[in-house]
Amino acid sequence: MEQKILKSGEFLTAETDPKDIFIPEEFSEEQRMIAQTCRDFLEAEVYPNMVNLEKGDRELMKDILKKAGELGLMGISIPEEFGGFGQSFVTQMLTAETTGAGYSFSVAYMAHCGIGTLPIMYYGNKYQRENYVTRLATGELLGAYCLTEPGAGSDANSGKTNARLSEDGKHYILNGQKMWITNAGFADTQVVFAKIDTDRVLSAFIVERIYPGVAVGPDEHKMGIKGSSTAQIYYTDVKVPVENLLGKRGEGFRIALSILHMGRLKLGANVLGAAKKAITDSVKYANERKQFGVLISTFGAIKHKLAGQVIRLFAAESAVYRASHDVDRMMEMIKGDCGDYGRTAIEAISHYAVEAALLKVYGSEMLDFVADEAVQIHGGMGYSAELDVERGYRDSRINRIFEGTNEINRLLVVDTAMKRAMKGEFDLFGKAAALWSDLENAASRAAEGEDYFAEKKRYISNFKKAILICIHGASEKFGKQLINEQEVLNNISDMMMETYVAESLMLRINKMESMGSGSAVYRDILDVYVYDAADLIRKSACDAINSFADAGMLPSLKLASEKLTAVRGLDVKDARRRIAGKLIEDNLYKF
Amino acid sequence: MKILVCISNVPDTTTRIKIAEGNASIDTTGIQWVINPWDELSLTRALELKDDKATGVSTVTVAHVGLPSSEPTIRKALAIGADDAIRVNAESSDAYFVAAQLAEVAAKEGFDMILCGIESSDFNGSAVGGMLSEFLGIPSVSGVSSITFEAGIPVLTREIDGGREAVTVPAPFVAVVQKGIAKEPRIAAMRGIMLARTKPIKVYEPVPVEALTRVESFEKPAPRPACIFVDPANPAQLIDLLKNEAKVI
Repeated sequence: MEQKILKSGEFLTAETDPKDIFIPEEFSEEQRMIAQTCRDFLEAEVYPNMVNLEKGDRELMKDILKKAGELGLMGISIPEEFGGFGQSFVTQMLTAETTGAGYSFSVAYMAHCGIGTLPIMYYGNKYQRENYVTRLATGELLGAYCLTEPGAGSDANSGKTNARLSEDGKHYILNGQKMWITNAGFADTQVVFAKIDTDRVLSAFIVERIYPGVAVGPDEHKMGIKGSSTAQIYYTDVKVPVENLLGKRGEGFRIALSILHMGRLKLGANVLGAAKKAITDSVKYANERKQFGVLISTFGAIKHKLAGQVIRLFAAESAVYRASHDVDRMMEMIKGDCGDYGRTAIEAISHYAVEAALLKVYGSEMLDFVADEAVQIHGGMGYSAELDVERGYRDSRINRIFEGTNEINRLLVVDTAMKRAMKGEFDLFGKAAALWSDLENAASRAAEGEDYFAEKKRYISNFKKAILICIHGASEKFGKQLINEQEVLNNISDMMMETYVAESLMLRINKMESMGSGSAVYRDILDVYVYDAADLIRKSACDAINSFADAGMLPSLKLASEKLTAVRGLDVKDARRRIAGKLIEDNLYKF
Repeated sequence: MKILVCISNVPDTTTRIKIAEGNASIDTTGIQWVINPWDELSLTRALELKDDKATGVSTVTVAHVGLPSSEPTIRKALAIGADDAIRVNAESSDAYFVAAQLAEVAAKEGFDMILCGIESSDFNGSAVGGMLSEFLGIPSVSGVSSITFEAGIPVLTREIDGGREAVTVPAPFVAVVQKGIAKEPRIAAMRGIMLARTKPIKVYEPVPVEALTRVESFEKPAPRPACIFVDPANPAQLIDLLKNEAKVI
């Protein structure tokens, strides 16, 4: 049966059939084996070396990365013709997830495999791919990505690094400075963004570390991910061969943005692995630590925390693999148009810009929550640098900052969806206007004999209507100035995140049951998630409405938002206890 | 030289074992199955020997007695580097049954060196290797912690009380190996994982053999009592506890 592919952001106006999504329970034996290889690698090579990595042993990090390359772990996203294994995007995400439990190794590995390698794979010509990608795919070369500058962070296009063509036309002469460069200390190749002559837009270049004039500063002292090398790189009259211009002149900003979409999706997967590790650490400790003569895992307050960790992680995971599979299907659909694998891949990834930003924000905040609770469950020991949860807590924080801050990404979630709708990719505004014109009847009511999933589907459909009403109201009120009303955009963005994740979770559990792999505890996860999401969505909707509605509309909008976020009451205490019960019995995260 | 590595399919070592209702079997719900750690190390050493051209090892085969559901474990062994695999299509009941089945296929295929882990991490029977050699009528060496080649002849080192013993043994033979045979299990590389699907798994139907043992019941050990801390300033309490509670003095 043909599967329907939703466009980016279209989840706001369309329904998805559970059979159209991919869920982790469907991983093939081969995918599970690849994930196991990643886990085995962390156990054998990364965890035993973590203390020395954190002390700043960059040679050690380099050696470990090379070993990952020998195992083929750096070629997962690369087609076979360029020395890789041409795996699906879902498999790439599974690898990102599994290595995500590797603390700063994960950052170095992901920077190499993602932003360090893929710009050349996606935008490089044959020579560039054969010369660089083949060697990056095996770990013979290690890569870095150089976009940020002292004066150009979120506003990436304002960078001052400059390239001018040499008189003989054979080189670009590069001058400038980049900062916060992951893998700077040892990367052999750098994808550097600079403006040619007086261009207003960026171009991208492949720069080799050995070129005269490239100088790497000392590693930064960071709060977390101390094992990864992060430094400034200075370019002084660096002669970059003209054949190392990546893509076309002026295409750099597009490359940078596309690669960021990819990085955001992968970060969404990466944080899952880190969160699973933190949850397993948490439950193992709770199952060992006794107070008042009993294990702390028997206390309701601890069960509440353990369940909270599981619920958010499981929900995020559902959304991550749903979006990943959409990318795979989009690649399949457009490959005839793009021809080239690299361009096809980046077009498909960039298409899901709304979901990429959404998963980046949701995932990084999920991990911060999980890591924070992990420390709390450990009590005083959680504050000790001897335990992994302390490292996990410090390492988690960067995820809300890099790959575009969560503030920028929250704006992008709404702004991109609206732009895509304006281009006619899906009907957002028409449906929003129709709802606005009949607020009293906007909320769907329960149908007779409504079953478990029909009820959840109705709640989620109502959440979507609340979002559309807010988008309509805010657009009407602020017009083109809406982009300056960042607080309102944040409200809508939060509603979108909760709704996309809730829907993904509902679809996953529905599909699990149809496959015969569901059980009551998964319904508990869905029940608690939707119950909590309704509250968060109601609050965000109210905040937005209070900002854009005039006095005349306020009562009907408030009433509509109440109705659209009304869900059945739930004994969350018992539901959470059952969820925690499974975790406690398994003594590791195994959902 | 052809090496056969016998592999067992066991629950992941982090599994919390649950006894099924009736206490006569293990509840396998949700268990992740892996290659028995001792067998995985045997396989790693076999592959290291094959990598060393001087040994003359030509192929490494894995053999397993189990149902089709155990094939992911076999494919993991192929991904790690085994050349081919044999599965005897039967549920493994006891060591005698398993050894008899392995002996049948080993005799049919012909191997020079057969490696068995000294025990499996599920039932820890430590019996298959010895029984297998008896079935085949070939020598066996147990407790092997090292296999090297000297002038083309395998030298097996055993851990013995107070030291080590190096032995040579004419092929074919069974080596029952313990941990230490390889440093760490080999990790399946991406290329190996991709190749695993193309490597052959021969399936044999079991020969009729009666198991010699039957599990009557399982029970979990009683929970450990709480630890009692004794104030160093109060040795009398310690003596009292050792005498009257632990009853060891």
